[in-house]
Amino acid sequence: MQSRSNTSDRKLHWARALLMRDIRLAIRVGGGTLIGVLFFTTVITIVPFGLGPDMKLLSVIAPGILWIGALLACLLGLDRLLQSDHDDGSLELMLMSGRPLELIILIKCLAHWLTTGLPLILATPILALFLNLDAAQLGAVLLSLLVGTPALTLIGMTGAAITVHLRRGGLLLAVLVLPLTIPILIFGVATVGAASDPLVPALTPFLALCGLSLLSLAIAPVAAAFSLRVLQH
Amino acid sequence: MDNDTEYGTRIDDQETFGLEFIMQLLAFANPTRFLKFVQVVLRPLAILAIATIAAGLYLGFVAPEDYQQGSTVRIMYIHVPAAWLSMFCYSLMAISALGTLVWKHPLADVSAKAAAPIGAAFTLIALLTGSLWGKPMWGTYWEWDARMTSVLILFIMYIGLIALWKAIEDPILAGKACAILTLVGAINLPVIKFSVEWWNSLHQPASVLRLDGPTIHPSLLTPLLISAIGFTLLFFTLHMMAMRNEILSRRIRTLRLKAAAAPITRQPATQEPTS
Repeated sequence: MQSRSNTSDRKLHWARALLMRDIRLAIRVGGGTLIGVLFFTTVITIVPFGLGPDMKLLSVIAPGILWIGALLACLLGLDRLLQSDHDDGSLELMLMSGRPLELIILIKCLAHWLTTGLPLILATPILALFLNLDAAQLGAVLLSLLVGTPALTLIGMTGAAITVHLRRGGLLLAVLVLPLTIPILIFGVATVGAASDPLVPALTPFLALCGLSLLSLAIAPVAAAFSLRVLQH
Repeated sequence: MDNDTEYGTRIDDQETFGLEFIMQLLAFANPTRFLKFVQVVLRPLAILAIATIAAGLYLGFVAPEDYQQGSTVRIMYIHVPAAWLSMFCYSLMAISALGTLVWKHPLADVSAKAAAPIGAAFTLIALLTGSLWGKPMWGTYWEWDARMTSVLILFIMYIGLIALWKAIEDPILAGKACAILTLVGAINLPVIKFSVEWWNSLHQPASVLRLDGPTIHPSLLTPLLISAIGFTLLFFTLHMMAMRNEILSRRIRTLRLKAAAAPITRQPATQEPTS
């Protein structure tokens, strides 16, 4: 650590710079932020074609469909987490910068979530109309997505760090990450189910989801940073 | 070096787990020494495994039928040991992953790589036999029951690990990447199991799962235990063989790389093993 006699604001100046850099790269041409939302929208739109436009059925399965769509859209964006930085060499620079790698990972996750997870959540209310979701359930879906999607990004970051050196790691990354995200999906959908079911205590699955998110917040940056350090050539 | 009692000492040392056990492991850090050990031990172990499995299956075959399940209860003598080994194998891989990352034991990643397909195979056997057992007993090949779902996820994770092993050319790098993924998976497996159980109990109340009841009659238990021991011996036999093959194939790879990198100063008559 080269912490000089600076104020804490100056010390974390690089963190803000990194965050802004990642966000700019994501939202400018070639960043592909909108593609995730577009994919999400497309997935939700094709569901009634597959199941028939039965509004009653759609409102029953809407939370699950929205969650699966969000999960797939998150998976789609995972290879952008580290791949381009690895390809153009900036990941090497970050590794050699002497800054805590765990924090770098965390900032990259935050930037990725702001440009991938957050747009999904913003698009959800409109898509909920298509699926005939009522207001209370929509609130639960939004809340569960807000808590759950950061965990998806964090778990995905671990997988991305493990597969970053592979030439065609994208599909493998999805296969490796998907089983690990099952608990998030289960408790995310259960949160919505509990909101409308009087038999289930409303808070329990939501608290479990919060716990899982915090757990991945604790583990993922360390695991990802460790694998980046260990696997560098 | 008392080769024959390797497994005996491993069990004896459980209470004084530590130094002696680690020294024992370190002795096999040398692949050549390990290969010698395998050469000595493999044949007796294989014979013992076959004999024990044969005895277990025979006893299972002559064991009395379950009063409710009839003859189908005999599936248990394959199903339960396979299911047990599917989890034992992942634990072994997790310990090997620690060996790779923490102690940098040179055989740890060989052990992990060799174990993955065997574990996947045992998991598949557990799933298939369970499915075949489920059809006459529960009337369905598959139920999204907590235990079945988590075993299926375990199988997917095995397949993912095997795919990762195949995706990275350099064995050392592949070993490290797989070790990290194995450990992350090891943390996640209990979480997955817990969440799946919770998910299941939310949607459907207690099902027919507890048909066999918690107590099992000794006449059924003895063949089961013998069968489990036999399957475990089989696992160790296969694991050693796979480790031996992995060491040999790595040596071949090194020789080929050396041959490919060497300047062409030898006589042209020798055939290059490359291409």
